[in-house]
Amino acid sequence: MSAPDINLGKGHPVTDASVATAATAATPKERIAAILANVEQVPGAAKPDPILIANNVTRSFGGLHAVDVEHVQIQRGAITALIGPNGAGKTTFFNLLTGFDAPNSGDWTFDGVDLAGVPAHKVARAGMVRTFQLTKALSLLTVIENMQLGAKNQLGEKLRNALFKPLWRAQEKSNIDKADDLLTRFKLDAKRPDFAGSLSGGQRKLLEMARALMTDPKMIMLDEPMAGVNPALTQSLLGHIEDLRDEGMTVLFVEHDMDMVQEISDWVIVMAQGKIVAEGPPTEVMKNPAVIEAYLGGHHGDSLLEEENPVLAMLENDELPSAEEAQAAVEAELEAEGVDLHPDENKES
Amino acid sequence: MRRIVMAVLTVVIGTLFGLLVSTTAQADSGPPQAPAAVPAESGSQVQAASNRISGTLKAGTTPVEGVKITVKGPDGTEVGTATTDATGKWAVEVTDIGKYEVEIDVATLPEGIALAEGTQNPRTVEFAPGETFKAALFNLTGGEAAPTVSAKSPFLQALISGIRFGLILAVASIGLSMVFGTTGFSNFAHGELLTLGAFAAYVLNVTLGIQLILATVIALVLCGLIGGYAQDRLLWGPLRKRGTGVIAMMIISIGLALAVRYIFLVVFEGNTLNFRDYQGGRSWDLGPVTLAPKDLVIVIIALVFLVATVLVLNKTRMGKATRAVSDNPALASASGIDVDQVIRLVWIVGAVLAGLAGILYSAREGVKWDMGGSGLLLLMFAGVVLGGLGTTYGAIFGSLIVGLLIELSALVIPVSMKNVGALAVMIIILLVRPDGLFGRRERIG
Amino acid sequence: MDIVSILSNAVTQAVGPLAIVYCLAAIGLNLHFGYTGLLNFGQAGFAAIGAYGLGIAVKTLGLNLWLSLLVGIAAAVVLALLLGIPTLRLRADYLSIATIAAAEILRLVVRNSELSKVTGGSNGLNGYGRDFDKLNPFNNATYGFGQITFSRADFFIMIVGWIVVAIFSLLIWALIRSPWGRTLKGIREDEDAVRALGKNVYAFKMQSLIIGGVIGAFAGFIFALATSIQPDNYGTELTFFVYTVLLLGGAARIFGPILGAIIFWAALSLTDGILRGLVDEKIITFLSTSQVGQVRYVLVGVALMLLMIFRPQGILGDKREIAITAR
Repeated sequence: MSAPDINLGKGHPVTDASVATAATAATPKERIAAILANVEQVPGAAKPDPILIANNVTRSFGGLHAVDVEHVQIQRGAITALIGPNGAGKTTFFNLLTGFDAPNSGDWTFDGVDLAGVPAHKVARAGMVRTFQLTKALSLLTVIENMQLGAKNQLGEKLRNALFKPLWRAQEKSNIDKADDLLTRFKLDAKRPDFAGSLSGGQRKLLEMARALMTDPKMIMLDEPMAGVNPALTQSLLGHIEDLRDEGMTVLFVEHDMDMVQEISDWVIVMAQGKIVAEGPPTEVMKNPAVIEAYLGGHHGDSLLEEENPVLAMLENDELPSAEEAQAAVEAELEAEGVDLHPDENKES
Repeated sequence: MRRIVMAVLTVVIGTLFGLLVSTTAQADSGPPQAPAAVPAESGSQVQAASNRISGTLKAGTTPVEGVKITVKGPDGTEVGTATTDATGKWAVEVTDIGKYEVEIDVATLPEGIALAEGTQNPRTVEFAPGETFKAALFNLTGGEAAPTVSAKSPFLQALISGIRFGLILAVASIGLSMVFGTTGFSNFAHGELLTLGAFAAYVLNVTLGIQLILATVIALVLCGLIGGYAQDRLLWGPLRKRGTGVIAMMIISIGLALAVRYIFLVVFEGNTLNFRDYQGGRSWDLGPVTLAPKDLVIVIIALVFLVATVLVLNKTRMGKATRAVSDNPALASASGIDVDQVIRLVWIVGAVLAGLAGILYSAREGVKWDMGGSGLLLLMFAGVVLGGLGTTYGAIFGSLIVGLLIELSALVIPVSMKNVGALAVMIIILLVRPDGLFGRRERIG
Repeated sequence: MDIVSILSNAVTQAVGPLAIVYCLAAIGLNLHFGYTGLLNFGQAGFAAIGAYGLGIAVKTLGLNLWLSLLVGIAAAVVLALLLGIPTLRLRADYLSIATIAAAEILRLVVRNSELSKVTGGSNGLNGYGRDFDKLNPFNNATYGFGQITFSRADFFIMIVGWIVVAIFSLLIWALIRSPWGRTLKGIREDEDAVRALGKNVYAFKMQSLIIGGVIGAFAGFIFALATSIQPDNYGTELTFFVYTVLLLGGAARIFGPILGAIIFWAALSLTDGILRGLVDEKIITFLSTSQVGQVRYVLVGVALMLLMIFRPQGILGDKREIAITAR
């Protein structure tokens, strides 16, 4: 908490050797690209200025190693994409880092603070704030209430202050102003008094991101920010994410859409079967044989889900389409319907 | 439009339950075959009565006849008197909820029989909202002492009781667990399925005079049709289709439980009723323990049904589909499994098993309107939670453990508290191992 | 059929001590279920521990009324902590099973004959209310008008009871409009989302459980002071009826519990009076008068089902909410 807050609009002081090159670069994107240009393109590569460093993070379910990350670093101020086939363990890794799931082993530091074993709400307070694959708009709260909820260190959230409005009136007012600014920026200001439940899927994604920004995070972690978003909104969402980076915030996101990854990310980390198999700039990484193997050697990638679901095992016996085909169809259908495939996943046990 | 359909369906369900029991109960009011039936007319009937205070006077095992009992109302005026009949029973009807004083006329006690020391006379009973009858018990001394149980090993005897009760609970809770597994909601009306089975068998056996085994078979068919098929078809199926949340369904099941439970009370009144067949009989003396033939039969029937259920779940396509739906309904549905059909089958099987458990339970303990809902339901939950909600084997083993725990704990704690241990263990299990002892491993994504 | 007496009975019941008991229990439950989304099925246990805390403190410990009320409150806080520490980390439906079991354990323990010296066993407790009676400023034998009359003792408990209801309603209103209350509502909608924003969800849920539980204990106080303490008054059905009251009036509405309790008791009394009248006049022949009281509770069950199916937001529901939750 003592680390300096990186507020919107504030640039980040880069201290690395590549400063010279970076300083001459025209846009923030080019600046970051220059900083990352010298980073080795191998799993677990060291970054010039990592905000997040994780070691030996493992999580197994039964006998399956869902996550087995030996070492990874996330560059400060960059947009890093985490990609990989279904069941690669991306969301599980997100859950572990943010305290929503407990690892079997591993430790990680965020901005110099050890966060292993720290509960989710303290992770968020440390400045690492996430969104969810299935948007968690708080339906029966209004849009502005959703935003207000995000503000940190609210005096009126303490039970002993709650009854005495004068104690928190002023802070509440400034939080509302901040929320209104963000709503305007995300073009949600017209929806201000509406229940969040009445928003469209894309608007909910925007609201969730805006709400996360109310906490003044140092790093924002977006789990599939484009899933279920109307294509018309995609471009503006991408723009918002790039703006965050341009203002100095670190962004880590999970995504399936390769076009989007190519378009906005500065660095790409590829996971398969729980391990990190490749790293590199977006243009380079897709040429990596390990990545091609991970995506096209589909069997391995799907094995986790396959074993999880006797349905698929049964299907194989009953000569329906191959497991992969069924799987793909199922995933697509469910995604379209917004069904939570793994309802227990985010629950604390 | 859909709302209207739903309303109609709800009413139909209610009527179905109602019809089944009320038509049969009309015949029931005839011959007093049921040994426990209380004569309705005892003492001065108060107009507009709605509640009843009753009891049985016994000294040891001997019923005490001809004792006068007076009941005074909240304002101290006498509201009724009763005299015990040949079986020692008495009852007084009173007007409304509130506090009543029940006094036994000591002068009318037969010679040699007296109130036991420490027995309050008069004693107070109070009707809470929702209660329509109360028991007022007086301890008497001087009669024949109850025959001491000839068990030479209380531990083994309790072990046998525990196995028997555990098996009954296991049969009962499979449906609860499977419905939770496939639909995700905790059915608080599951206990009423046990009562439904028991009352159906009672009506067939006692009112219509059908031998108990045949009556049980017919009762189970009725349970499957009404408690299983119709219930899911008319109530839960449409709610699922509508996307009703699990918490809403849970509260709806509470409403259903209350409605059905009080229908049973209206129709069958508040007494414990017994089947006509297999009452009494001598127990075998097996050295350290005694065993009633009835108990052995109960255990065998329960075991047969449990094994059959496990086999069906493991070996048949339908069983596998059930497990698939339990594991992940959305995925199963997208994989071409008719989830609705599977859930309906689960309801039918669950209802039949629950009905059977109700009959097995009442073969020993008698049938009572709230037998399934008030006591057994929580014990079933305890078993299911212990084993891991939603897992069938877990429900079976968990229930067995609960049954054993209850009967064995009665060796060391007061019998009236024996359920406390099981419920406490359930809370502790929820604390340390919420997935239960046999819970499935977590999912990943 | 005496319409006037049926109607005045309904009014008497709707504002009488039992309506207050249900109303208070529902206000506490509203904080749990309506605002925080906690599926507490042990509200009867909180009422019981309040009532028994009061009764035992007076009779066994010999404390005065005020200290005994404090004992009851403290007991409710302890129960909330005992229940909350293990179960608030669990899924909502696990909480419901744990709380219903805990309430049942409590009832089985206090009615156990081994403890009858302290708890009165199955007879319960009475004779602890003298301090309270002494405070009664009313001297007439009865109060009221027409056929709506209350005894001196009932009238006093009603005045006290409705004042307590007003205080707690105001308290809940003030709490819910604060950022604290907003966080509770957020937790109700999705606790992971709130956790991801840096809120200690567990602490908020615990605070909610304790406050709602203490309000439940006040329901027990009023119940105990209005009549006597009977263990079987605190069975699972009390909790279920309180849910009916809350859903009838409207969960997450300040006036939901009040309206719900009044309607619940008025409706129970009206159906009883009307059914009984119809039976007396031989219009209904398939019911005996002794069955009328029971039929009412069938109707309560059906009402709970229909409410939850067709109008889960209750009488005071918000139209905009209906648009979202209507499925």
